Amino acid sequence: MPRAFLIGAVPTALFLLAALLSLAWTPHDVEALQISARLLPPGGDYLLGTDQFGRDLLSMLMVGARTSIAVALVAVGIGMGLGVPLGLAAAATRGSLLDEIIMRGNDLIFAFPSLVIAILITAVFGPSAVNAILAIGIFNIPVFARVARGGALSLWTLDYVRAARVAGKGSVRISAEHILPNIANLLIVQATIQFSLGILAEAALSYVGLGAQPPTPSWGRMLAEAQTMIYTAPRLALLPGLAIVAMVLGLNLMGDGLRDMLDPRLRRVRA
Amino acid sequence: MLRYLLGRLLSLSLSLAAASLVIFLVIEVIPGDPASYMLGLNATEETVAALRADLGLDGTRTERYFDWVGGMLTGDFGTSYTYRVPVAELVADRLWVSLPLAAIALLLSTALAFPLGTLAAATRGRVTDYGIMGATQLGIAVPNFWFAMLLVLVFAITLQWFSAGGFPGWSDPLAALKALTLPAVALALPQASILARVMRSALLDTLGQDYIRTARAKGLSRRQAVLRHALRNALIPALTIIGLQFSFLLAGAIIIENVFFLPGLGRLIFQGITQRDLIVVESVTMLLVFAVILVTFLVDIAYAAVDPRLRTR
Amino acid sequence: MIRFDDLSLAIHGTPILRGVTLEIPAGRIVGLVGESGSGKSMTALSLMGLLPDGAETAGAACLDAENLLQATEARMCGIRGNEIGMIFQEPMTALNPVQTIGDQVAETLLIHNAAGRAEARAIARDRLDRVGLSHIGMDRFPHELSGGQRQRVCIAAAIALHPRLLIADEPTTALDVTTQAQILDLLKGIVAEENMALLLITHDLAVVSGMADAVAVMKDGEIVEQGPTAEVLTARRHPYTRALFEASSHAPDRDGRDPQAPVLEVENVLRLYPGPRKGFTRGDPVRAVDGVSFALRRGESLGLVGESGCGKSTLTRAVLGLDPVQGGRIALNGGAVDVHMPKARRAAIQVVFQDPYGSFNPRWRVDRIVAEPFHLFETRPPDWRAQVAAMLEAVGLSASDMEKYPHEFSGGQRQRIAIARALVTKPDVLVLDEAVSALDVRVRAQILDLLADLQGRFHLSYLFISHDLTVVRAITDRVMVMRAGKIVEEGATDAVFNAPSHPYTRALLEAAPVLEVAS
Repeated sequence: MPRAFLIGAVPTALFLLAALLSLAWTPHDVEALQISARLLPPGGDYLLGTDQFGRDLLSMLMVGARTSIAVALVAVGIGMGLGVPLGLAAAATRGSLLDEIIMRGNDLIFAFPSLVIAILITAVFGPSAVNAILAIGIFNIPVFARVARGGALSLWTLDYVRAARVAGKGSVRISAEHILPNIANLLIVQATIQFSLGILAEAALSYVGLGAQPPTPSWGRMLAEAQTMIYTAPRLALLPGLAIVAMVLGLNLMGDGLRDMLDPRLRRVRA
Repeated sequence: MLRYLLGRLLSLSLSLAAASLVIFLVIEVIPGDPASYMLGLNATEETVAALRADLGLDGTRTERYFDWVGGMLTGDFGTSYTYRVPVAELVADRLWVSLPLAAIALLLSTALAFPLGTLAAATRGRVTDYGIMGATQLGIAVPNFWFAMLLVLVFAITLQWFSAGGFPGWSDPLAALKALTLPAVALALPQASILARVMRSALLDTLGQDYIRTARAKGLSRRQAVLRHALRNALIPALTIIGLQFSFLLAGAIIIENVFFLPGLGRLIFQGITQRDLIVVESVTMLLVFAVILVTFLVDIAYAAVDPRLRTR
Repeated sequence: MIRFDDLSLAIHGTPILRGVTLEIPAGRIVGLVGESGSGKSMTALSLMGLLPDGAETAGAACLDAENLLQATEARMCGIRGNEIGMIFQEPMTALNPVQTIGDQVAETLLIHNAAGRAEARAIARDRLDRVGLSHIGMDRFPHELSGGQRQRVCIAAAIALHPRLLIADEPTTALDVTTQAQILDLLKGIVAEENMALLLITHDLAVVSGMADAVAVMKDGEIVEQGPTAEVLTARRHPYTRALFEASSHAPDRDGRDPQAPVLEVENVLRLYPGPRKGFTRGDPVRAVDGVSFALRRGESLGLVGESGCGKSTLTRAVLGLDPVQGGRIALNGGAVDVHMPKARRAAIQVVFQDPYGSFNPRWRVDRIVAEPFHLFETRPPDWRAQVAAMLEAVGLSASDMEKYPHEFSGGQRQRIAIARALVTKPDVLVLDEAVSALDVRVRAQILDLLADLQGRFHLSYLFISHDLTVVRAITDRVMVMRAGKIVEEGATDAVFNAPSHPYTRALLEAAPVLEVAS
């Protein structure tokens, strides 16, 4: 197994565990504001100290991980669930009107700077975690559609697909039996990339107040709240930022490792 | 070549038309009446009616769409409800902050990424390559707004080389550039990391091509083969990424403007949202989309300049 | 003079070449022949100093008295293109797509400081004229040229500085037979004119026999036999040389067959592609297949030959019922062949493709691969595994191979699997689409034998599509020659080959390199 994958798996697994644990238990209640315990330094009862409202930083980071992972994961699910079938359909009907419509639709979504979709959605429906998921998810759809279509197109020219057509199989069946399993590698690698981009996007959205709403803690809003305190308590801005970096770095390393493991083209170069 | 240009121009207009329709429809689906949405719950019936007339909400949906689009084509973006001034005026002011910011960041990121990516490809598998790849891996993982906060902490608060935010205006160009330096660096670094990695892998891809072997058989050294043959071919995938990055930079600029309290389009659109000023939101969104589509068009032209295969199509 | 002296090569510890000793005298043509993977190209690359990373060499590769294996990289840059020029197999990718051909030829001169910019361009023009491109402008880009023209550009760039040795690594393998003949003629002329030595690397004994003064036969990284061409090819002392020779001209034993009723009928078939874009309209549609008619009789083997782009692949797809036709009709056992034909009819016509590597889903096991055409039956037969096993044995594999994945097989074995898959529904017609073109000669001979054997056993009719005239001659009863979408000549194979009536057929036959069977 490539080293990059193993190194990346460590922070990823750590945050996943923390997020899962936070469902059942956190060291302190993240919604209780305790003015008496505000801005406590790390140590003692509060392992990483408290913020300006007296909330335990460690507990907030744990719940924040949960928010980030949930948003990014569901957004990847939306992107894959809709994008992959669209990409497969476009490839199967290459050059047809359907292909053209799907690809032009993709271009249209790409024409919106990622955040602008989120802004439009929040302008209409109001800010919330669900709308953040929607905004990030919509942007994931054309990404997966393109990856799926590109991978599928090169497979459609191969002889085993022609042989399947000679064996009387239709496009849907061929896409399911021959195409999808052979582009799964590409999709898995892309999923880890979109997952890490989703974490970054969620942080950015909640930083500007378009993501998860108070009192639900999220890494991005922790940073927004820490901004005014950056002179007095830089720790408040450093820790959530480092959490984001570690999570995203871990996912990207895992993606690189996966690609090395799964891409036979690269494997051949190494051999 | 002319046919290629015309084709791209047609696709540009179609994209703009489609995007404007999408934006219009999204704003239209707001539950209830836009005028009462904008005024909030305490509005009297008369003020709502006055705003409706103001917004031209009396016509049919189709009429309203064409009014809006027609207005934009003649430079009339409507009147902001909250500021009571033409949106075009608001936007023009803000544009002079956001556009230079994105442009400087794009330049900075490209200027950093090309040499770094080329160097990494040239030293493939050696310490320099690993160093550059490690640094870019980190650069991709850092959220730009957090990086911006760190820059403020170090260069504005601790070292006091720059101010922590605000914009003095272009009457003093040097001060204006200084105010844009930290934001541009914060925007550029993550993008430069991505671009450097793309540049490296594109170069490595082209180095494996048959024509590089032909060049070497003609007597070119490895370095000459890279400079004379690989770079220009590797530029093609790099151009794609530069085009996409402009979109990310605009989105990033919206956020970074908040960190540095810069009066740009990003601040405008957020104020628009909090004050429920739909006209501002609608028009600024359209403007951003227009910028992205325009850059895509420019990238297409750059493709044709680099790749003769496109010109004859 | 160029000399390899006991040259050995290992890449990452794997031995590639062992004790290669070979001399290339000035002004002579030396052929280096062998099957894929025998080490021919690596021999040439070690002389050029362009071996892949991890290569370790021993022995010597000498230019006059200088051992190039010991030369510095700077020295090698001075030698490449100047003393030794080289051209490669794939002309479509050998040129930089974003640079004009004039610049790419002139570059050889500029890089060696042999001429100023203007002079280099003048010389490049002259060299392009010499290779027969006087009608092509210097400012054209590679994508505007055909494969043969691109190979001429490569030759022009390689000989721009009058090197003493030109290495040609499978220079015509990717080209059509008529283009191949022209390029070989060109090489021969240039070498004689410039008193240049030529190292011609090829898998094709016939190419060598018509070109080379001397020949070396290579197998598994060793030269097993070398000498003057006539002597080596006539005496065939080494068993490997003999095996190669026999396989190259192998014709399987086939029973004579009486003509029977037609099983596949093609009548006046028309296949159109949309014409090229002209602004917002399109030009006239391209007639890829233009009024083709023929009948394939039961038990017969019918050849279809033609050069790339002649429409034979398009015709094949129509015959298989994969693409709709725009005119005419195709009938199989009396029923219409089209995209929507019933599954039972589709089961009666199956196909074997060229590429032994892209023919199978890499994630499927052989049992599932071979059983895929059972999809054409209402239900998969209950004893399908036994049928698959029997079919694998019929093509010379074993039933235990069912459990394996395709990557565990060699190219020849894969082609056997592909044949088993095509025969599992017991079809009447088997379409062989360049089915032996990617195989080495000895494997090719084995597959041809297998096909001849299966034809009798399963009462098959073959439609044999190939660009290789030798193969078509060996395995078919009748042959059709296709050009620009039309069948220009049709007849009994022997008659067509011995007394071609159409000028194009004559041109094809004359262009094909012939391995003279010396007695």
